Amino acid sequence: MNTSFQTIFDTYNWEMTLNSINAKTAQDVEFALAKTKRDLEDFKALISPAARPYLEQMAQQSRLITKKRFGNTIQMYVPMYLSNECQNICTYCGFSMTNKIPRRTLTDADILKEVAFLKSKGYDHILLVTGEANKTVGVPYIKHAMELIKHQFSNITIEVQPLHQQEYEELIEANLYAVLVYQETYNRAEYKKHHPKGKKSNFDFRLETPDRLGRSGIHKIGLGALFGLEDWRADSFFTALHLKHLQKTYWKTKYSISFPRLRPHSGGLEPKVEMTDSDLVQTICAFRLLDDDVELSMSTRESETFRNHIVHLGITSLSAESKTNPGGYVVEPQSLEQFEISDERSTEAIAKMLQENGLEPVWKDWENTW
Amino acid sequence: MNDLLTIADKTFQSRLFTGTGKFSSNQLMSDALMACESELITVALKRVDVNNEQDQMLKSIMRPHINLLPNTSGVRNAKEAVFAAQLAREALETNWVKLEIHPDPKYLLPDPIETLKAAEELVKLGFVVMPYIHADPVLCKRLEDVGAQCVMPLGAPIGTNKGLKTLDFLEIIIEQSNVPVIVDAGIGSPSHAAFAMELGADAVLVNTAIAVSQKPIEMAKAFKMAVEAGRIAYNAKLATVKHHAEASSPLTSFLN
Ligand code: SF4
Repeated sequence: MNTSFQTIFDTYNWEMTLNSINAKTAQDVEFALAKTKRDLEDFKALISPAARPYLEQMAQQSRLITKKRFGNTIQMYVPMYLSNECQNICTYCGFSMTNKIPRRTLTDADILKEVAFLKSKGYDHILLVTGEANKTVGVPYIKHAMELIKHQFSNITIEVQPLHQQEYEELIEANLYAVLVYQETYNRAEYKKHHPKGKKSNFDFRLETPDRLGRSGIHKIGLGALFGLEDWRADSFFTALHLKHLQKTYWKTKYSISFPRLRPHSGGLEPKVEMTDSDLVQTICAFRLLDDDVELSMSTRESETFRNHIVHLGITSLSAESKTNPGGYVVEPQSLEQFEISDERSTEAIAKMLQENGLEPVWKDWENTW
Repeated sequence: MNDLLTIADKTFQSRLFTGTGKFSSNQLMSDALMACESELITVALKRVDVNNEQDQMLKSIMRPHINLLPNTSGVRNAKEAVFAAQLAREALETNWVKLEIHPDPKYLLPDPIETLKAAEELVKLGFVVMPYIHADPVLCKRLEDVGAQCVMPLGAPIGTNKGLKTLDFLEIIIEQSNVPVIVDAGIGSPSHAAFAMELGADAVLVNTAIAVSQKPIEMAKAFKMAVEAGRIAYNAKLATVKHHAEASSPLTSFLN
């Protein structure tokens, strides 16, 4: 009981896992598609090259399952970057420590200005984002920011550096609803190369973060891999393995999966592995076919066309009009972004697009901040 | 294929657990239980004369490879269950206990609240707790959280032989569980047992269906084979019914 993910993860080997995914046959895919409850072997088949001819069938099923569980709704959320200070080096990120960019951390007044703008757009769920700079944006700063804005949002999610269990408990006490923490890549050796310096270079500490969150009793945990760093099939599989472990162990917690693909940024790392639109669709559908209930989230990293279509394929939450720089909405629109966004449409335009597609944008789903 | 079942510190070759009630004679019981090769046999503590070393029922099933699993059948609340388990530990020299609390004398339906309470207490006292419960997925997780080493959800009310009436919930339990799931009560025929195993149950517990059949020894063999067949089928990954998606306009054409 309560084994942490690392114990399970250590029994797997990257190459062997990848080989077993690539060895799946059309028959395995057909078996997986014919089932109503699928396991991780079925998931492997669904993300394998053999599943490519079945993409339309996967999409149709994924759409039906999503409709059955979530109806015709899409949850809307928006990120707010609080700071671009960071003491880590991550090869793919504009905030990386060695990048010579002006650093900024929002003050209370800045935060309130940004919030006023986001509220005027109708957002009620917010995602607070920081880099890892414990002196300036450590737990006290995050907690303070949450307290400052908690009456204006029904729930607050954070995407910040991995914390310790008691720190999560403290933030939950202060009305934290969800935490997103992406492993970036589950390939231990490659992870080291992308995170040569800073606390983030500790692969295991990051890998264990969702377990600490689970133990702290958080409502929701968001997982994901950054596609482009390593083989997306193996990274998807390990994300699914992680999800299954967490669901079984911390069964009172909800889970969401995100699908970030490497985007251009200042200092630019070219994706090592290309994940095409078809690959991404396949992955999203495979997650939906693995799990009826998991929330699947799509950011503005993706293009207009892609987002217009993906809302029918299994996605359940969407951000819009996002800025990935601190103060990017009103305080300092010109500061440097973490990465370039791709879908630049306004919130209103996205809402309209959803409605025209027979979907209802949901602004408030759950009240966590009484 | 080496496919052993592990519960706490013990491993089992056989995934068929059996009970000792309702047989027409001790001899028949013993023969039937040997025929099905069960390694875990549950006995109602209330039926055993623990002070009598000559207890016929016990004597007739004691074999080196057989583990006796005392059950607390007959108790009505957590307090009585804990007491019964302690008695059993002393009498039968085992810290394993099948926790059964059914205050209702008619359907013998388990009390979830008292069961959870008793399980928590018994785990603290060092017992390997095997709780008999409704097919309630949340209760199963709660029991796992307090340290129960397996869960034993019912397929149908005890003694009814109706099969897996709780199918939808059993599927959820099997999907979610981190501890072995043993389908208990309701299994009335070998096909029910095979079905439970095909679903991914780790074991089944059968008593009435063997004990009250016309030929218990033959039936015991049939159950042994059914459980094995179901397990092999589960491992071999069943092909399932095809569920056709609703035809609608292509969703992926934008990719080309
Ligand atoms: S990804 Fe996060 S930790 Fe890494 S440099 Fe960017 S902000 Fe810092």
